[in-house]
Amino acid sequence: MSTLHTINKSPFSHATLASCLEVCGNKDGLLLLEDGVFGALNSSPCAKELSTLINSGVKVYVLSNDVNARGLQEKLRNDVLTTDYNGFVQLSIEYNCVQSWY
Amino acid sequence: MIFSLAIYAAPYSSQASDSAYRFALALLENGHSLYRVFFYHDAVHTASSLATPPQDEIHFTQNWQALAQKHNVDLVVCIAAALKRGLLNQQEATRYEKPAANLADGFDISGLGQLVDAAVMSDRLISFGS
Amino acid sequence: MSSIPSKKLLFISRHAPYGSSLAKDALDAILAASAYDQQLSLLFMDDGVFQLLANQTANDIGQKSFAAILPVLTLYEINSIYVHYESLVQRQITINELVLDSVQIIDSAAISSLLAQQDQLLSF
Repeated sequence: MSTLHTINKSPFSHATLASCLEVCGNKDGLLLLEDGVFGALNSSPCAKELSTLINSGVKVYVLSNDVNARGLQEKLRNDVLTTDYNGFVQLSIEYNCVQSWY
Repeated sequence: MIFSLAIYAAPYSSQASDSAYRFALALLENGHSLYRVFFYHDAVHTASSLATPPQDEIHFTQNWQALAQKHNVDLVVCIAAALKRGLLNQQEATRYEKPAANLADGFDISGLGQLVDAAVMSDRLISFGS
Repeated sequence: MSSIPSKKLLFISRHAPYGSSLAKDALDAILAASAYDQQLSLLFMDDGVFQLLANQTANDIGQKSFAAILPVLTLYEINSIYVHYESLVQRQITINELVLDSVQIIDSAAISSLLAQQDQLLSF
């Protein structure tokens, strides 16, 4: 069984994403939304740890509504997947549980 | 699938309320059902009948009311969190001899057992906080 | 007669006590849950581990001390209590400073597995 982790805080100001990455399993998924989308920038403090996770097979998603709102469309790392609320619903079904990190 | 949502943040002060609402809309549009939305912690403010946002801003109270009415969704506000923050239905206002009641129509006030019930009776429980 | 399912519910408490009410809200939620014949567990991680320090006296900030409240968990038969090892180490908290003595200290990998075993996660 696997967990979808949702993160809504910026890694530049909160340790939330770093904490999540420590306990994220390699069958789990990550969805960055609200201020969490800043975690998908190449400049993010957790960029290296995120790369390690993605290379181990974890899928990392960003919510397009929040990316567009913040003008980050051209600044995201190229190994994250963009999704919308329909996608968020699908992900919550695909994974067994949702852990909200806030 | 059967979903329930738990919201822990006040409307307007953070995006949590909006994210939860958009998720609710999406799950309903995708043919799933929404068993309950449980408002706890500062989210109880969503249920204020006195909320008066500017015309060009989202009216969260009304949005949830409309969604609940259209899709028969149970909107529950935690009684302990509500009372201490000054959200009262008529029964509580009378009980505590307060000058007014302000719980918006469509919202029920109840205990934490309703959150647990939502967890037990739903396939998925998603939390939104800030 | 319909039977109510018995689910594995994990309450995750990540916030420090007192500064926000989320820590207390999590406790109130799991205590309420104890009346429902479900398989309950509680995980303290990140700043949530600060709730477990023994010498708390919160009178002067007008709140109830967590050190006094947490032992109630046993009375409510909530016995699956986990504490994140790395969160303790990061905050230089040792086991003998904790107010509860029958907790399971588990590392990040074990938390990953713990989450995967649950039916629902209640995130605080």
